Amino acid sequence: MDKQVVTVRVNGEAHTALADPRDTLLEILRDRLQLTGTKEGCSNGNCGSCTVLADGEAVCACLMLAGEATGVEITTVEGLTQGGRRHPVQDALIEHGGTQCGFCTPGIVMSAVALINRNPTPSDAEIRHAIAGNICRCTGYEKIVRAISRAAQAEARS
Amino acid sequence: MTPYSYQRPQALADVIAARGQAADTFLLAGGTDLIAQMKSGQRRPAHVVDVKAVPEMSQIQEIGDGGLEIGAAVSATKLAARPDIAQLHPGLHDAVQLIGSHQIQNRASLGGNICNAAPSADAVPPLIVDRARVRIGGPAGEREIAIEDVFDSPGRTTLTTDEVLISIILPPPLDESVDAAAVSSSAYLRFTPRREMDIAIAGAAVRLVIGGDGSIKWARVALASVAPVPLRAAKTEAVLADAPLTASTLALAGEAAREDAMPISDTRASADYRRDLSDVLVRRAIAIAADRAGHTIAST
Repeated sequence: MDKQVVTVRVNGEAHTALADPRDTLLEILRDRLQLTGTKEGCSNGNCGSCTVLADGEAVCACLMLAGEATGVEITTVEGLTQGGRRHPVQDALIEHGGTQCGFCTPGIVMSAVALINRNPTPSDAEIRHAIAGNICRCTGYEKIVRAISRAAQAEARS
Repeated sequence: MTPYSYQRPQALADVIAARGQAADTFLLAGGTDLIAQMKSGQRRPAHVVDVKAVPEMSQIQEIGDGGLEIGAAVSATKLAARPDIAQLHPGLHDAVQLIGSHQIQNRASLGGNICNAAPSADAVPPLIVDRARVRIGGPAGEREIAIEDVFDSPGRTTLTTDEVLISIILPPPLDESVDAAAVSSSAYLRFTPRREMDIAIAGAAVRLVIGGDGSIKWARVALASVAPVPLRAAKTEAVLADAPLTASTLALAGEAAREDAMPISDTRASADYRRDLSDVLVRRAIAIAADRAGHTIAST
């Protein structure tokens, strides 16, 4: 099939790429834009490693076609850095040991940021629900939940 | 994935025309089922038509006196955020928050949950008990059918390959039409081995209209994952009609739900276990719907 020109806005910048209609947003991000912070895990929407924000909502980049991303504001984990500083959720994950092998971490961070943006004071149950679509095979989740909770509390105080 | 063309029409007529051009044209809404199925090779479209730019398919509109028309491409998250869905259709509100993860709910559409035609589709039993109808467009014009008539067999709808599910029409819940003091509510419950990210082994939706005298005036019950299609539970409904809201009515309804269920045994559960679950879930869903309508179950 003919390739098509797609324009996607990622982390506030418009990018134009020649895409096959089969290319997913994940492939555009990783292979064309070299934004490899977003990981490919299961590639069918179960693991959450590829979680990005689409107009502020957490979505799996593996289940979105490049064509569908036109006109949507995409935020990846790289876009959370402001003035060279990590997002508070990232700092909290480091501080509380909420990351081990690190493969799921970018997706966890994006789900947590989406949660805190819509609910600045989440309960532990709400945090667990919000990251239910993010599989971590290292940590057992306890330290992730604690880190997200502390990050939200720190944000709410500031 | 096999090669396909991708288009995103703005007008409903263009979606219907595109759908009619070839039998291997697939409509894309949230993509949480379709894109995964395309990757696994289960579905091999030649043409993919993204319907999310079509206003009729991506909006929720109020119609008539308290009815709602929900575009087929409206996401689970958008439905969950609506106060009118929470208030008037709490069973549907329950269901759309159970489908997959946040990531999935932010994309997955009500129309997709219907057209994927899984017997386990969480949103369908609540639509059945709320007397939902679906608006279907095709080359010969539009037609409207009851939601339960959409399903043919697992993964197959009764729609022809040139038809498009445009929207879902939810009439206002019955209540004062039954008697002036009547109240109504609904509930959906499912059982999954894991609390999140799982598929129902069985599910039950209940809609009750409770009269001023505290008895059930009208009831509808639908079951998930216990038949080749989402199932209306006729025997259970017959038990509930004009019955008192008592523990013994619930017990009889649970027994009837066992008879309504036509489950198979598969890798996820045995048929017997699904019958047991149908009994338990129906009783619990009745109690939740009654509670939401401001009534409790009498112990006798």
